[in-house]
Amino acid sequence: MSGGRVVQAANRWLRKEEVLHWLEDVADPEIPVLSVVDLGVVRDVRVHRDGVEVLITPTYSGCPAMEVIEERVQEALARRGVTPTVRRVLSPPWTTDWMSGAGRRKLAQYGIVPPRAPAHRDHPIACPRCASTETTRISEFGSTPCKAAWRCNACREPFEQFKCI
Amino acid sequence: MDAVETTLRYTLRLGDNALILGQRLAEYVTRAPELEEELAVANFALDYIGQARLFYSRAAELEGAGRTEDDFAFLRDGHEFENLLLLEQPNGHFGDIIARQFLFESFYLLQLEALCRCRDQPLVEIAARAVKEIRYHLRHASQWVIRLGDGTVESHARMQGSLDELWPWTGEMFTGDAVDEAFARDSGGPDLAKLRPAWQQQVDGVLAKATLRRPEDGWMQDGGKRGRHSEHLGYLLAEMQFLQRAYPGALW
Repeated sequence: MSGGRVVQAANRWLRKEEVLHWLEDVADPEIPVLSVVDLGVVRDVRVHRDGVEVLITPTYSGCPAMEVIEERVQEALARRGVTPTVRRVLSPPWTTDWMSGAGRRKLAQYGIVPPRAPAHRDHPIACPRCASTETTRISEFGSTPCKAAWRCNACREPFEQFKCI
Repeated sequence: MDAVETTLRYTLRLGDNALILGQRLAEYVTRAPELEEELAVANFALDYIGQARLFYSRAAELEGAGRTEDDFAFLRDGHEFENLLLLEQPNGHFGDIIARQFLFESFYLLQLEALCRCRDQPLVEIAARAVKEIRYHLRHASQWVIRLGDGTVESHARMQGSLDELWPWTGEMFTGDAVDEAFARDSGGPDLAKLRPAWQQQVDGVLAKATLRRPEDGWMQDGGKRGRHSEHLGYLLAEMQFLQRAYPGALW
């Protein structure tokens, strides 16, 4: 019962932005450099009179990380005394267009080519190590459903690209 | 059959197709000819099993009898599955897998696109999610049909052999029954027979580039939608369901 009272008390001052800010510490289990907010997996936070609701959406139908993300969101808010309801939503389906600018920059620094913004879909893929655009796609499928495997023809290194969907 | 029961049966069939194909693809992991294909097949399997979970979870809601997605997958017997017979066929060699993906996904993509426009909102949402994945899969399968068909004498002959072998299982995709008709009437689902011309066009376009010949339409296998399966489904289920049968309720 005491947990319930904390939520009530917290909600008097709780704002959506604050909850989103806390969730920026929740790393994606497969690409830990990104938070679930950067990735666009957190679709919305709704602060109601009687609790906090976090809406999350899978990147792919079979995304094996959803359970872990759900748990981590619960934990992150529990640390602040909030017990959220985490709800999965499918619609509208996740798209890489939802990845934040910060997320794109973090991915690039990490060595993964970020998904291109809709206006830049026809730009060549540049190697994250040497920046050469002499690159070849080896496979549309990489180590996770959201990435493709590439190779740089200049420095000969393999690298991954976050696919646009 | 009332509208809820129709939607339940229709949704379960979509789940059965996804689960059985997902299981077949998962069986192939560690056996692909190269690492990139290994990853691709694993990704496909994951997408299908994910889609099956979404369909089964929705079916569980519709049924409202306390069964869960896992109960549908692990605790039903062969005659209760209503998947297309094509999808339970054994994997065979790499060309067979590509042919099965190509023939089915050329159809499934059209079915999903039609479902995106139906009136059952939960199915619309699942279809809108899945359609993006299948579009990607189909591109991959089509590329391989072309590469193998227009490859060496050996790869051409094998690819043609795979298509010839699987062709008699394709008729079932376009044969609607009472559930399909009722779902079309109640919820605006697709008339399966009407998807055929677009399927034919898609298949013909790829086969032409692949220098392959479309097999003759002859006698077609069917029975999946009535729960009448080939001998292969039982073995597939025996392996897939073993754990839950031997250790009921096991969790990890």
